[in-house]
Formats: sequence, C-alpha cells, structure tokens
Amino acid sequence: MAARRFWRNGNARVGLGMIIFFALIAIFAGQIAPQGPDQEDLLDRLKPPSAQHWIGTDELGRDVFARVLLGARISMTVGLVAVSGSLVIGALLGITAGYAGSRVESMIMRLMDVMLAFPSIILAIGIVAMRGPGLNNTILAVSVVNIPVYARVARGSTLAIKEFEYVTAARAMGARPWRVLLRSILPNAAAPLVVQATLGVATAILDAAGLGFLGLGAQPPTPEWGAMLADAYKYLLTAFWAALAPGVAIGAVVLSFNLAGDGLHDALDPRLLAGR
Amino acid sequence: MAPYIARRAVALLPILLWVSAAAFLIIHLIPGDPATVYLGEHATPDAVRRVQHEFGLDRPLPVQYGIYLWNVVHGNFGDSLDTHRPVIDEFIPRFPATIELMLGSMTVALAVGVPIGIVSAALPNSVFDRVGMLLALAGVSLPVFWLGLMLVYIFSVYLHVLPTAGQLSVDFSIVPITRIDVLDGLLTGNWPAALDALRHVVLPSITLGSIPMAIIARMTRATMLDALHQDYVRTAYAKGLTGRAVVLAHGLRNALLPVVTVVGLQVGFLLGGATLTETIFSWPGVGRYMYDSITFRDYPVVLAGILLFSLVFVLVNLAVDVLYAYLDPRIRYA
Repeated sequence: MAARRFWRNGNARVGLGMIIFFALIAIFAGQIAPQGPDQEDLLDRLKPPSAQHWIGTDELGRDVFARVLLGARISMTVGLVAVSGSLVIGALLGITAGYAGSRVESMIMRLMDVMLAFPSIILAIGIVAMRGPGLNNTILAVSVVNIPVYARVARGSTLAIKEFEYVTAARAMGARPWRVLLRSILPNAAAPLVVQATLGVATAILDAAGLGFLGLGAQPPTPEWGAMLADAYKYLLTAFWAALAPGVAIGAVVLSFNLAGDGLHDALDPRLLAGR
Repeated sequence: MAPYIARRAVALLPILLWVSAAAFLIIHLIPGDPATVYLGEHATPDAVRRVQHEFGLDRPLPVQYGIYLWNVVHGNFGDSLDTHRPVIDEFIPRFPATIELMLGSMTVALAVGVPIGIVSAALPNSVFDRVGMLLALAGVSLPVFWLGLMLVYIFSVYLHVLPTAGQLSVDFSIVPITRIDVLDGLLTGNWPAALDALRHVVLPSITLGSIPMAIIARMTRATMLDALHQDYVRTAYAKGLTGRAVVLAHGLRNALLPVVTVVGLQVGFLLGGATLTETIFSWPGVGRYMYDSITFRDYPVVLAGILLFSLVFVLVNLAVDVLYAYLDPRIRYA
C-alpha cells in the first residue's frame, strides 16, 4: 500500500530516479570521467567549457567535469555514513528514553535539548576543530550534530507504541527489555525514522559541503564539492563555471533526497493512509 | 500573562546552565593549551606555567567551571587570547551587524514565504502551487554559500547593481546609535548612507533567508490547507463572504500560529548559517568571528559566543511562546 502510494507520487518518483542516477555516477565515476580528477595542466588553467573540458578547468588546469563526477562518490558516502551513524545512535537513545521513562528519559532528552540549543554548524566546527580537519572527522561531526533529531523522533514513536497491546503481551511473556525494544518497538517505530533519515541525508550533504567550504572538510586535492566551491570562489570573476558546477551538483543531490523523503513521508503517514 | 512569562523564563535557566557546562567541557577537550595560544609558540615553559596559574588553568576542571560561571554572572567573560581585550568588547561591535543580517533574512523569508504558502494553499495543485512548492524545495536544497556566490556573480559582477561585500561603502559614515547601519542611517536622517547600507544587506539577506523562506512557505501552505478545511471556513463561505476574505480573514489568521513557532526555531539556524554567509560577503558579524575564534582556539571568545547564541535562541523562543500564548488564549489558560 505504502509502496504504491509512493510510486503514484510523481515528485517522489523523480527523486528516487535522481538518487539512483547519482548512485550510479558515484559508483562508475572512475570509468565515466574523461580524465583523472587530479590531472593538472597548468597551460590550461581556468579555461571555459569546451569540447575537451565540458565544464571547463579550474585554477590548476584540472577538468571540472571529472572532479564533479568523483565528488558525487564523496558526497553520497558522507551523507549515507553520517546519517547511518546518527540514525543508529539517535534511534537507540530515543527508544531507550521513551521505553524506560522517568530518570533515564529525562537524562537522555535533556542532553539532546542541550545539543539542539547549539547552532549545529558551530557545534560541527567545534568538533572538527577538536579532532582536526578531514573527511572522517567531517562525517563524525555531521553525525553527532544530527543525533538529537533521530532521538526525538524515535522517542515520540516509542511513547505511542509502548502502550499497544502487543508490547504488553511481549512483556507478559517474559521478554527482556532489550528484546521488547529491538523486536517489538523498533520495527514499528521505523517508518518516521526512515522518512527522517532520507531527508537527513540531504541535510548531512549540505552540512558536510559547508564544512568543506570553510576548509574544515576534505583536504586538497580531494574533489569534494564544498572544497571545490571554496577554491572556485577565489576565481569567481574570471571562471564562474568552476563554481557553478559543484553547486548545481550539491543542489541536485540534496533535492533528490528531499523529493524522495517528502514522498516517503506522504506514503507512510498513517493519517493519510487512514483517510483512504 | 505575567505568571506564564515568569514560569517560562525560569525554565530557561537550567537549559542555559547545561549549555554552558557542555560548551565548557567541549572547549576543554579541544587539544592545545590556551596559555600557549595566549603567549605564542615561542613562549618559555616558565611563562606558560605562570599564565596557566594566572588564568586558573592549573586547577581542576569543575573548579575552573565554577569560577567561569561566577565571572559570567558578573558580566566578565574573560579576555580574548588573540587581541588580549575583554571578550565582551570584541562582541559588542560585531553583534549588531549579525542582528541586521538576521532581521534582513527574516524579512525576506516572511515577505516571500508567507505569500507563496497562501497562494499555494488557496489554489492547491494549480500551476502556482507547483511552482511555489518547487521554489520552496529548491530553497532548502541549494547550499547557501553557493547561492551567495551566484547572487554576487549575477548582481555584482555581471549587472553591477549591488555591492559584492561589506556592510557600508567607504564613502559613507554613520553616527552609531544602535550600530545597525540601516536603522542608524534612518534615525540620523542620513538617507544616502541608509540606502547604501540597505543595498549592502540585500544579497546576504536573500542568501541567508533562502532556507527559512522555503520552510515558512511549506509550513504556511500546510497549516493554511488545514485551516481552509475547518467548519468555520465553511460557515464563512455559507454566509456569503468572498473567497479572498475567507482565505485572508479566516484562514490566514488561524494558519499563522504554527508559522510563528517556525520563525522562532529558524533564529537558531540563522545564527549558525550566518557563519557561512558572513564569510562570503565579508560581513563584519559574530558568525565569521566565531569561526575565526574556533580555528584560532580562542577559547574565551568561543565560550562566550556559544552562550550568547544560545541566550538569543532561547530568548527569541520565549518571545515566540509568549506571542503564541497572546494569540491563542487556549495555551495561556491551559
């Protein structure tokens, strides 16, 4: 039913199609790219788009098209790994808080409130400053700042689900708390978490690109889109194409996850399902 | 109303206390010794030890936190390790620039987002609705720093209609009153300077306001659609009111309540997003200053900045809650 509702939504179909497209680019970037992303040609610096270089060259004469293609691999990986981290930790904290209640809940959720009170980019910059710039620390930072979002969603669902009779039945049959959490509550709390995670990949890609732009993410010569924009920024007056392409790529990938996430939200929303 | 405000204000204190403790802990986990940063790389071990003692850095962490909190309550945020000036003196000239940017962004977000939401909800599934929602989706999908670069390229480099960076051209000077240039220009009757300041704030405001605009448009549409299906709207139609009167007088007034909350929550985003926007437009605000301070490991500035950001965020949300309670009596008396 939910899959059919998702498929009937045109925007969601476009979103899913775009995600598959970018995933294929990320996988086969090495084969599609006309030349290596780090191949420099100083005689061909800041050249406009041509038959040889479809989106022109950057300040070191590298092919922007090749770098944008390879950048898809980095951005998709950062988005998916960062969200996986925050989803697993956030969901476990959230369902534990919702199920245990009282002091455990209050402790976990106050911690989440404190994390939410920090502007996320400032917290992310702080984490990267603490551990040093680089792609792995960017993933860690983006992952940590998004944990509270998943914890809140998971707790909200758990509070409703734990009152259901099948949870009471599982407890009455002597199931241990962790078994009730993982077998009875988590699968039923999954729908809103999946929606949040799909939209979360979009946010994570944007956050990581922001850190890359500030010079705290992937280090040169890694073709990360945010870092590419930071380099292109210095040559905006003479070679705007070098700034145009990575931005369009970030926007397109983020848009695809937002479209798919919105479609999933509509398809899995119990109120909409009940209305049919 | 007063007991409600007092109750909510008291509830903020523990949050601020927790934020200060968490920020203090994070800052002290960052590798690097503040005393070495203060004295420079070539400082002798003796000098470093002396400064550590002077700043209380050789004491246990909980004691350091207690002393810090005591000083903060008395308005002393410490000295910047970079400029050796009181932190508060570094923040005061920069904060109004960020407030100006936030006000500009929120104006853009509300002026564009609310009408898009209203039209989309009043004409669901129409061309307006689809284009409006696509615009909103683009708003949350485009990286703000890229949007900023492209706006600079189009309006400053290509069309030459707006300045590329800064808060005010060098040809103008404004007598500081609030330190918000546009406002000060207007208050002192210095119209050319006010106009110049306004021209400078346009592109950064569009850049920073793009995401709140998109979120406000989507929220307004959702709440308007909900409101337009209520019984009182059907009653309004039944008594012969025009579609426009029903949408604006009956639908919008009730739909805007949740939007007010979203505006409050977006303030947190604007404070964080200001870091990137201020970097692109060389805007002399606290966002860029925070970034510089974090990378320089200027701990007192970072701590004060986090506390200040959190304070603004919780105060704005308190104001939103109060406004919400004022607009919806059901909350006040609950």
